[in-house]
Amino acid sequence: HSFFPSCLLIEEERHVRANDRNYNDKFFYADNHIKTSKYNVFTFLPINLFEQFQRVANAYFLVLLILQLIPEISSLPWVTTTVPLVMVLVITAVKDATDDYFRYKSDQQVNNRQSQVLRGVLQNEKWMNVRVGDIIKLENNQFVAADILLLSSSEPYGLCYIETAELDGETNLKVRQALTVTSELGADILKLAEFNGEVICEAPNNKLDKFKGTLYWRGSKFPLDNEKMLLRGCVLRNTDWCFGMVIFAGLQTKLMQNCGRTTLKRTSIDKLMNTLVLWIFGFLVCMGVILAIGNTIWEQEVGRSFQVYLPWERPVSNNNAVFSGFLTFWSYIIILNTVVPISLYVSVEVIRLGHSYFINWDGKMYYGQKDTPAEARTTTLNEELGQVEFIFSDKTGTLTQNIMVFNKCSINGNTYGDVYDEFGHKVEVSERTACVDFSFNPLSDRKFTFHDSSLVEAIKMEEPSVQEFFRLLALCHTVMSEEKNEGDLLYQAQSPDEGALVSAARNFGFVFRSRTPETITLYEMGTAVTYQLLAILDFNNVRKRMSVIVRNPAGQTKLYCKGADTIIFDRLDPSNEDLMDTTSEHLNEFAGEGLRTLALAYKVLDRDFFEEWMTRLLLASTVMENREQRLADLYEEIETGLLLLGATAVEDKLQEGVPETIACLTLANIKIWVLTGDKLETAMNIGYSCNMLRDDMNEVFIISGHTAAEVQQQLRSAREHILGLSRVSNTADEEKTEMFSNDSVFEETIIAEYALIVNGHSLAHALEPELEQVLLETACLCKTVICCRVTPMQKAQVVELVKTNKMAVTLAIGDGANDVSMIRTAHIGVGISGQEGMQAVLASDYSFAQFRYLQRLLLVHGRWSYFRMCNFLFYFFYKNFAFTLVHFWFGFFCGFSAQTVYDQWFITLFNIVYTSLPVLAMGLFDQDVNEANSHRYPGLYRPGQLNLLFNKRQFFLCTLQGIVTSFLLFFVPYGAFSLGVRADGLHLSDQQSFAVTIATFYFICLFYCFCLRSCYCIGLDTYYWTAVNHLFVWGSLAVYFAILLAMQSDGLFSIFPSQFPYIGTARSCLAQWSVWLVILLTTAVCVLPGMAVRFLKTDLYPTLTDKVRRLQKASRKQGPREQNLRRVRRTSSRRSGYAFSHQQGYGELITSGKNMKVVHLHLAPSDKVRALCKQVRDGLAPTSEERAPF
Amino acid sequence: MMASSYNAKEEDGNPSSATVHGGAGTVKNKKPDNTAFKQQRLPAWQPILTAGTVLPAFFVIGLIFIPIGIGLFVTSNNIKEFEACLYSVYSKYSFSSLSTLQIDYTGVDLSSPCFNCSQNYIWNSTTPCTCSVPFSLDQPFESNVFMYYGLSNFYQNHRRYVKSRDDSQLNGDLSSLKNPSKECEPYRTSENKPIAPCGAIANSLFNDTLDLYYIDPNGSRTAIPLVKKGIAWWTDKHVKFRNPAGNNLTVVFQGTSKPVNWRKPVYELDPSDSDNNGFINEDFIVWMRTAALPTFRKLYRIIQKKPNNMSPTLPRGQYILDVTYNYPVRSFEGRKRMILSTISWMGGKNPFLGIAYITVGSVCFFLGIVLLIIHHKYGNRNNNADIPN
Repeated sequence: HSFFPSCLLIEEERHVRANDRNYNDKFFYADNHIKTSKYNVFTFLPINLFEQFQRVANAYFLVLLILQLIPEISSLPWVTTTVPLVMVLVITAVKDATDDYFRYKSDQQVNNRQSQVLRGVLQNEKWMNVRVGDIIKLENNQFVAADILLLSSSEPYGLCYIETAELDGETNLKVRQALTVTSELGADILKLAEFNGEVICEAPNNKLDKFKGTLYWRGSKFPLDNEKMLLRGCVLRNTDWCFGMVIFAGLQTKLMQNCGRTTLKRTSIDKLMNTLVLWIFGFLVCMGVILAIGNTIWEQEVGRSFQVYLPWERPVSNNNAVFSGFLTFWSYIIILNTVVPISLYVSVEVIRLGHSYFINWDGKMYYGQKDTPAEARTTTLNEELGQVEFIFSDKTGTLTQNIMVFNKCSINGNTYGDVYDEFGHKVEVSERTACVDFSFNPLSDRKFTFHDSSLVEAIKMEEPSVQEFFRLLALCHTVMSEEKNEGDLLYQAQSPDEGALVSAARNFGFVFRSRTPETITLYEMGTAVTYQLLAILDFNNVRKRMSVIVRNPAGQTKLYCKGADTIIFDRLDPSNEDLMDTTSEHLNEFAGEGLRTLALAYKVLDRDFFEEWMTRLLLASTVMENREQRLADLYEEIETGLLLLGATAVEDKLQEGVPETIACLTLANIKIWVLTGDKLETAMNIGYSCNMLRDDMNEVFIISGHTAAEVQQQLRSAREHILGLSRVSNTADEEKTEMFSNDSVFEETIIAEYALIVNGHSLAHALEPELEQVLLETACLCKTVICCRVTPMQKAQVVELVKTNKMAVTLAIGDGANDVSMIRTAHIGVGISGQEGMQAVLASDYSFAQFRYLQRLLLVHGRWSYFRMCNFLFYFFYKNFAFTLVHFWFGFFCGFSAQTVYDQWFITLFNIVYTSLPVLAMGLFDQDVNEANSHRYPGLYRPGQLNLLFNKRQFFLCTLQGIVTSFLLFFVPYGAFSLGVRADGLHLSDQQSFAVTIATFYFICLFYCFCLRSCYCIGLDTYYWTAVNHLFVWGSLAVYFAILLAMQSDGLFSIFPSQFPYIGTARSCLAQWSVWLVILLTTAVCVLPGMAVRFLKTDLYPTLTDKVRRLQKASRKQGPREQNLRRVRRTSSRRSGYAFSHQQGYGELITSGKNMKVVHLHLAPSDKVRALCKQVRDGLAPTSEERAPF
Repeated sequence: MMASSYNAKEEDGNPSSATVHGGAGTVKNKKPDNTAFKQQRLPAWQPILTAGTVLPAFFVIGLIFIPIGIGLFVTSNNIKEFEACLYSVYSKYSFSSLSTLQIDYTGVDLSSPCFNCSQNYIWNSTTPCTCSVPFSLDQPFESNVFMYYGLSNFYQNHRRYVKSRDDSQLNGDLSSLKNPSKECEPYRTSENKPIAPCGAIANSLFNDTLDLYYIDPNGSRTAIPLVKKGIAWWTDKHVKFRNPAGNNLTVVFQGTSKPVNWRKPVYELDPSDSDNNGFINEDFIVWMRTAALPTFRKLYRIIQKKPNNMSPTLPRGQYILDVTYNYPVRSFEGRKRMILSTISWMGGKNPFLGIAYITVGSVCFFLGIVLLIIHHKYGNRNNNADIPN
């Protein structure tokens, strides 16, 4: 092999031979040492500096610094740029270094984990010493050290269970199965040490769910797929031990290959800021050019003759004036650089960081039950939270809790679940309603609550239909039980609906206790009854039902079936008609309350018929072709003539406060689209219960076409319907409606409320390039949009569609792995740290535990952040313009020579020390309207969406004000001092006095603006003065004077005479009456016009903010008022969906027995049926290997 | 399906049971502190612009500014300043009520007494050119009179000019004396010797000599005593400028060269007074404090009030200003003036400030009235809390 590590070449295929280190070493595969840190002690400085100077701002200042080193150009000493630049670089470097240190520590911890490696004998090794080709042993609850091929495990069939929470966020267990040949190796160290199979497989990649390879061993080939791999990051569960062979290690593992950088999201303010900075550069160059031309002319006209006192540097040259102009241009670029202050970016970062901390610290976004505080995972998007126009929400786990609660039922024509008072009126169920006492049942689940005691009474009365009802619930399911201690039952259900039903049965005295592949053991009202499980007729999407066939101890064979009402009703025995009608009424009632329903039925099977059927089933299950269809036909055959038992109603519990939150966000003019993987019925159901769909809506359009043409037709007609009606309603604007298509103003005027519901197939067509515009237009005309059966990819596409076409800020909120794509795509991604794991949270920018916190995140934090950031930017640009442009005016009086007005130290410290803190305090703490009012008046959110507070117009205003202020700042002192003489007769207008006084004017004026917070110039003002603001403002003022006096003190001068030439200036200037009089005047002139304009504005055209502020002030004494958001209750009378998991059930796995920890081999071996059953089981077994049952 | 970040979890054992089941049993809970700071509930002062605060503010500002302005204006008027170009007929320069006198002696006009001097100017000419400008005072100067020289179109604030000095050298640093800063170029060395004081500022030191004579009614000239100390800032005189150590300035400045434009070396600026010689010569210090604007004046001499209060400092009558004309300004169209002025509590004459205050005050007051009317007529209709919910 070549000398060079093969990783330098592109690895196309991987060859790994077990226990053959020499062979594997030839390929130079990565070892298991990982390094996510970027630097080490020596490389930190160069690499970090290199990275930092790749940022435009830093590079710009580097260029400035270089310019300043050229003596002919240098109008400012190099310190003025160096000090801020170094400070910025150091702060960033420290932050990078600490981040990297934590990464290093985490790497260390991972690298030093112990694992058992087979090196002849089993020995402990650190993770980083594990090599490709090693055989390692894992024990229960251990992390998998590398990507390994499962060889054998403690469980039968070489199965093992893993949890992949760290990989994909899903917390449910997954099964992996070793090849039969290798699983025979067992735990035999000798055999394992002799194992010399060679794996040839794909090169390292980041596909978590794909793996392709072949094992060559003992002359045979065995195909390998993902089901035989344990990936790094997984945790071994419920498996005592397993052995595996390392295929990918370290950085080449799939986990590490997935640790790519997430794309950096930037806010619109960021982009605007960059544009503005570019404009400012342009402005800077313009000013530089003007002043350079001025300089050329001056040198030509005046400077030439002034050479008596100030000779030209190159007196002979003819082009001296032009050359001087050229140099002056650069000099002015240096002087005026403070317009684009380097501290801008740092300050913005600091403010955002502060806002993120406020989100993290928010006690009102902390969810006590899960001990989950809100978390801002990205610190760069805060102000965008104040501009959101579209919210894309997942349903399950986001709007709903993904907790199903057995709420009501109808048994044999009677409903249970409602509570009535003594007068027979229905009582609203609340926290205080008395719960049913389940103490008669020692195995009951304490968390289960039910309010209608008549059902318990019925159970106690041993009513057969009620008993049968709960028996069915306890038998007909695919739940697994786990009993750690006696009576401490834990159910593992595939779908929460099933879990709810089985738990209900448990509490009502029909406790599902344990199961084996052949039996189910119940505790029926305290006595153990074991049923023989003869068959599971599993659920699938077409059947929409599941059945079990069991034999009770009395020898009766029964089929229990539960499923969607429509399906069950079709298969009922004709004798059930009356009951069916009553139940149907009840079902309608349940559905009207937004409950998910299932109908239950049973049938007693004739023994002979069943045995005959079973034989046919066995036959069908061994046939290779068309097996699924044959089985389905057989199932269909036996599930007829059922007897109706009743119906269950399960509440898909909405998260707390969801309808209120949605109502409030809608008032804030945010459009909420629900994108869910659920069925149409379920989605609509939730839509109604969240108040997004209402009966009083003008029309709910359902798009469910199967072809592009159909979809187009439906979308068109929906749109025409909406527009047509509106045209009637405002005929006055008839001509306007002609050009409605993209007119957002027109969209606003549509008063009628519409809803659009799109199902999965239609969405696929609607997202085609030809149709997406129609979809978007129609959808934007509707108040509510719900898309169902959406794949993760489509979620992202919908978000992308809105994001690119509507120029609006989008927010996606979700909790599961299927939401990751849309969370990544949207401007802002929010993860619900809920039950489905961490995946969404990891991809998100913000995370919290409850949907309702979204309201606070947007209306309070988002709004404040946006408001603060805008004010900050406005003020920041204003202050720098006012500061810097004084040089422009001064240019006309100093021969355009790029002489600075201020002391070099003032320029150096100005942005970093003097003015940063008050502005920062404003950017961090300002509140225009308090949080309670932010919630109460969602209309306050509007300015953010319209981007009113900081846009190009505002920027021009602030530039203009900056220019005016700088003009006043220069010319008022100019007028006052050009001939000014001090009270002791000495002249006042010397360079240094002028510098100090203008600087002081500027400074005091700036703070005056702060204090009066009314300079319209600032248009925004500090609204909110906390102690911190006071500290920073007065502190900065104090620091200014302290530094001023210190810099100009005798002591410093005597040490560095040439660095501090301003000695004594401040002392002698500020002792003058006239100086203070001018300060007062300048400040008044700068502040008053703005104050008048601002007053007029708030007085005559108050914004909502002004009104609320006034109200807030007036009501402060009255104390906080109650939130008056209407409680939204829904009244609807439509049919809801049925409760069922929409995945294939667990049935096969249960009957195959593979997932049973201890296989109980029970009695009754000679029974013919049992034998048949076993054959069926074995016949079905291969299918479960082909296809992942989970 | 991506894990966007990879963090080390707790040590092996039972890593995820704690994370899955939340903090139900965990000791440390993650609830944020309920402090006013973290919950953004710091007590705060939240001012609002309302008619009740803004309108009174305008009136108050108006009422404060107008009297200040009037006061300033009156004070400033008491120090009336007169500007004229004193070059033609004698009688033209007698003024009735005059407390500041400004005389342009550049000699631009043919009829000016200093015209010849301004024309025949040569640097380093051994015979100084003199001229006499006569003028009369109709009103006496009662208190201390300050004598200034003023220059126009003189760019003391040009960047190359401003930086052309060596503060270390001026502070008496011996090494800088021998080896001045590079900033001083091209006035750093002359004839291979370092210049002391170096640089363009020092080189262009104003070197006219102005003397004032009172013409008695009988025709005899009485020299007015001009005090030349006390015209520089205290910090400049005592801290910023210092002579190099040594008793004898001549010895100390050995090996240095005088600035090229100077007629005598720095240690001969005022041989009569060792406290006013060398770098601490006050005329020199005043010059070295560069002016911010191209038209400026610098204090030259002080005419002190006579000890007996009876007679005025400068009685009315005829005067002659004797100028030793050394300083060329005509080449760049500069002007030279001599100014006599008295001083009030707020400094010299400055009508701008008074007028500005009166204007701003009046505008404020007027604005207050206008705003009041507008507020009364239109303001209230929006005051109700008609907030759309």
